[in-house]
Amino acid sequence: MDIAGQKSSLSWAVHISVLALVALWLFPTVGLLVSSFRTADQISTSGWWKAMFPSQQNLTLRADAPELQVQEGGLYVIEGRLFPPEKPAEISVWGISSRAINSYTAGDTAPLKKGGTITVQADGRYRMENTEPFSGRRGQRIFVTATTPPEFTLRNYQNVLFDPENAEGMAKAFINTLTVTIPATIIPIVIAAFAAYALAWMEFPGRALLIAVIVGLLVVPLQLALIPLLKLHNEIGIGKGYLGAWLAHTGFGLPLAIYLLRNYMVGLPRDIIENARVDGATEFQIFTKIILPLSFPALASFAIFQFLWTWNDLLVALVFLIDSTGDTTVMTKQIVELLGTRGGNWEILATSAFVSIAVPLMVFFAMQKYLVRGLLAGSVK
Amino acid sequence: MHPALQGILTILVGVGGCVGYFYLSNQFLDKVLFPARGENAGRNINRANIVRPWLFLLPALLALGTYLAYPVVETLRLSLTERSTLPDGTTAYAWVGLDNYRQMLNQPKFWEALKNNAMWLAVVPALATGFGLLAAQLTDRLKWGNIAKSLIFMPMAISFVGAAVIFKLVYDMRPIEQEQIGILNALYLYFGGEAPIAWLTVPFWNNFFLMAVLVWIQTGFAMVILSAALRGIPEETIEAAIVDGANPFQVFFKIKVPQIKGTIMVVWTTITIVVLKVFDIVFAMTNGQWGTQVLANYMYDKLFRANDWGVGSASAMVIMLLVTPILVWNVRNARKEMK
Repeated sequence: MDIAGQKSSLSWAVHISVLALVALWLFPTVGLLVSSFRTADQISTSGWWKAMFPSQQNLTLRADAPELQVQEGGLYVIEGRLFPPEKPAEISVWGISSRAINSYTAGDTAPLKKGGTITVQADGRYRMENTEPFSGRRGQRIFVTATTPPEFTLRNYQNVLFDPENAEGMAKAFINTLTVTIPATIIPIVIAAFAAYALAWMEFPGRALLIAVIVGLLVVPLQLALIPLLKLHNEIGIGKGYLGAWLAHTGFGLPLAIYLLRNYMVGLPRDIIENARVDGATEFQIFTKIILPLSFPALASFAIFQFLWTWNDLLVALVFLIDSTGDTTVMTKQIVELLGTRGGNWEILATSAFVSIAVPLMVFFAMQKYLVRGLLAGSVK
Repeated sequence: MHPALQGILTILVGVGGCVGYFYLSNQFLDKVLFPARGENAGRNINRANIVRPWLFLLPALLALGTYLAYPVVETLRLSLTERSTLPDGTTAYAWVGLDNYRQMLNQPKFWEALKNNAMWLAVVPALATGFGLLAAQLTDRLKWGNIAKSLIFMPMAISFVGAAVIFKLVYDMRPIEQEQIGILNALYLYFGGEAPIAWLTVPFWNNFFLMAVLVWIQTGFAMVILSAALRGIPEETIEAAIVDGANPFQVFFKIKVPQIKGTIMVVWTTITIVVLKVFDIVFAMTNGQWGTQVLANYMYDKLFRANDWGVGSASAMVIMLLVTPILVWNVRNARKEMK
């Protein structure tokens, strides 16, 4: 770390602080992710941080009813399992009275009030024996303290994504979001690439001014564009819909696209371009055959930005896309609605949110290199 | 038509249209308008080269003009007019001067939004940049630093709405007799709190719980940029300081930070702009209730709930006004760099 030898104590402090920082930053997301794999009951009875560990619970269970008893030799016997095989648990202590729920440990045999005995094993198997028939209508109550292993379910995702009956499902919104995102990512790249080339490698009066204007437009708040553009869209008959959203995203993404691509293209070696010009290549050929392939990293950077931005956008969708029928709703809007109507149903909220977060996260981890590169080039120095 | 199909068609039309336009217009320029042969070949080549940049720029300029430049002017105009529907169903815009601004300044909600925005501006860029700098410095030269960085950076990919859901779970409150499922209340009770708190409804402080969401998202951005800047510091300056007996803290605050001051400013201003436009977080988490209104959400309220275009435009102009100093600063820096 430093050239001097004073490492060890400080370096431990560094490791621990970074670990704490990472944990702090990761915790909220993990909470939501874990919750999306739990049932509504589990979510509302214990915090998600307890879900990863086996949990100890006090349960009140019932043995089988006396009508199921069998005769073995001279004994009347009721035998069974307190836990179904697919949901195993481990009993530590148990009891047969609500006032003494921990009188016996697993494997003990206890006398029953109305005669006979009961034995309960750790895995929940029990055996009741009596010399006379068991009477009564309902089974014996057994109070157990059991440790259940962590339990997760995929049912939330099934409900949210694949249940066609579910009007609040995310399947349609997912498709709609994709429909908005892809054209809104590709079209600005094409337009911006040509403009960036002109601004980087062609001489013409007003070039410096244009670049300055684009740097200025980079920070113009979206809010300013809402009313005038909605008005414009209504006047020329686009109204609310995909076309409007695509156009709006294209317009709003252009300054960054042009800025990023120009900065990158300016850095390309002059010789290649001049040589091509001398060899008689037209500007159009130079652009498509040389500049575009060389600019791939910058194109990828912008594509990721624009993809994340359009996928995660709420405001543009609210204003330009979603009409009163709600047929074109996107995931962010759907989630906001759920926050209003299903504020307490965390199994639905967490799962829906994760469905929408998953795709950007995948893109993020797969293409982080380009994202970082773009950020470094994009912040005005 | 199915929207997905419509999407594919749009890509084809959009991309094909663009490429076709560029190709055909270049062909037209080179073959028909100013052909590079015959007696005027030289003059024609020059002329074509004067026109060509504008061919390349035209679609971008049209889009920028329509979607960014025109709205600025139009919003300014709308903020000075009052929209009304005439008896025959048409809409009319009447010039009202500064009435909308006056009306806005008389609304307590506007002042609340302005005051909250000021708090956001004071807190979020500072904290995000500070945490980012801390993370950048600590992870620098750490073996697992890249993994740590990528995890702190991750919230960048999460939407504001997604983050809102994530933090609503953190802030969740259950009645005292039930088990808490929000980690903040669970910790609060564990460390001796008396009763769980509905964090998002606590006046004044709830603003900070909303800000935490944006800090959480923006720290990664600050860290990435500052980390690159730290790497760019010449090694000799640090070595010299250590040889002179500087301790690690002195090296950091006296040698490193002054050298990356410019980058810190860039990060700070970039986050400032994000803060000025913050909308989704407030919209999804409190919708401006309990004293958490901010300008962008106030504006949305005026536009689409109150349907008052005049005051809505006026508040948009306020946001623009607040952004302007940074806009000028950016443009000036960019021009300096080009020279």
